[in-house]
Amino acid sequence: MAKVLVVTSGKGGVGKTTSTAALGVALAKGGKKVVLVDFDVGLRNLDLVMGAERRVVYDLINVVQGDAKLAQALIRDKRISNLSMLPASQTRDKDALTDEGVARVIAELKEKFDWIICDSPAGIERGATLAMRHADVAIVVTNPEVSSVRDSDRIIGLLDSKTERAEKGDQIEKHLLLTRYDAARAERGEMLKVEDVLEILSIPLIGIVPESEEILRASNLGAPVTLAANPSAPARAYFDAARRLNGEKLEMVMPNDRKGFFGKIFGRRAA
Amino acid sequence: MNLISFFKRPVTAPIAKDRLKLLLAHERGAIGNSNVIALLREEIVAVIAKHFPVESDAIKVRMESGDVISTLEVEVEIPTQLCAEIKGAAKDGAKKDGATQTLKVTASA
Repeated sequence: MAKVLVVTSGKGGVGKTTSTAALGVALAKGGKKVVLVDFDVGLRNLDLVMGAERRVVYDLINVVQGDAKLAQALIRDKRISNLSMLPASQTRDKDALTDEGVARVIAELKEKFDWIICDSPAGIERGATLAMRHADVAIVVTNPEVSSVRDSDRIIGLLDSKTERAEKGDQIEKHLLLTRYDAARAERGEMLKVEDVLEILSIPLIGIVPESEEILRASNLGAPVTLAANPSAPARAYFDAARRLNGEKLEMVMPNDRKGFFGKIFGRRAA
Repeated sequence: MNLISFFKRPVTAPIAKDRLKLLLAHERGAIGNSNVIALLREEIVAVIAKHFPVESDAIKVRMESGDVISTLEVEVEIPTQLCAEIKGAAKDGAKKDGATQTLKVTASA
């Protein structure tokens, strides 16, 4: 049974696209057939983060409007054969996406894949509501920071009212993915703790991704962290989150402080 | 800055948490009822417009949530000159300074 997952947040820059890419790779490595759909029309970036920017020919809007077949627009990953992506249009605007067109594309993708992961644009406008529209599961990406938490709260409200499931009176499965977390700073009272964010947003936690140099390195290379042969701390967090999405019960691991003894002594004031 | 405050940074996360909790308690209520308030506003505008030629943005409808009692506040701004022209109660009730009349309705929580 295919599942539609939306990766959303309200606020921009918290790690939606990075998380979409990393989770997609992790789920595909676990043997699932996965497709990543970029809904950020006009500001597509999933292609770049996935290292497929030079392979885009057709996009979601071409398919929605019937100018291209789905198979023509899908880009199959060269590193993992059971992972594909459907890019957003860079030149058109979001009004070119119709509700019926998106519904048709999602229905077609459900026949071919196990997981359809929709990378939502920031904001609460049409692009974001269309991305969440057909979702069965939602991942709300949140940074331990006041504006991100506030916007996540707003997005949770929309998930409970604007999705197809919500309108039918069904529940949409919601998970919190806390990103850019620095356990040491949280411990020192400089950053909201995991439990603070959970208490405020009251949705279950699916993963804690630590602040890490590996994230920028991965986007520089167009290779999500979960592709690396030796998984880094953020990669391990994404692998665990992917397993939880598949229903596994795993103990939540607090990503360990990446600083060593010297970092603890000298790095404290420098941050 | 003394030596202690140099080495011990003030703890700010609890402040962030408290601010968020307070703000969201307020926002959740307001946004949750936003459809009712928008509808109410439309209907109030229609009723007022029958008697006063006011612009729709001169009417503000707000819901304030309290512990026991919540108030629904409807504020209608009418130009003082206009009020003076209209005979009767409107003239006596108009404030000279802000040219605003406020009607308050209290609703139980």
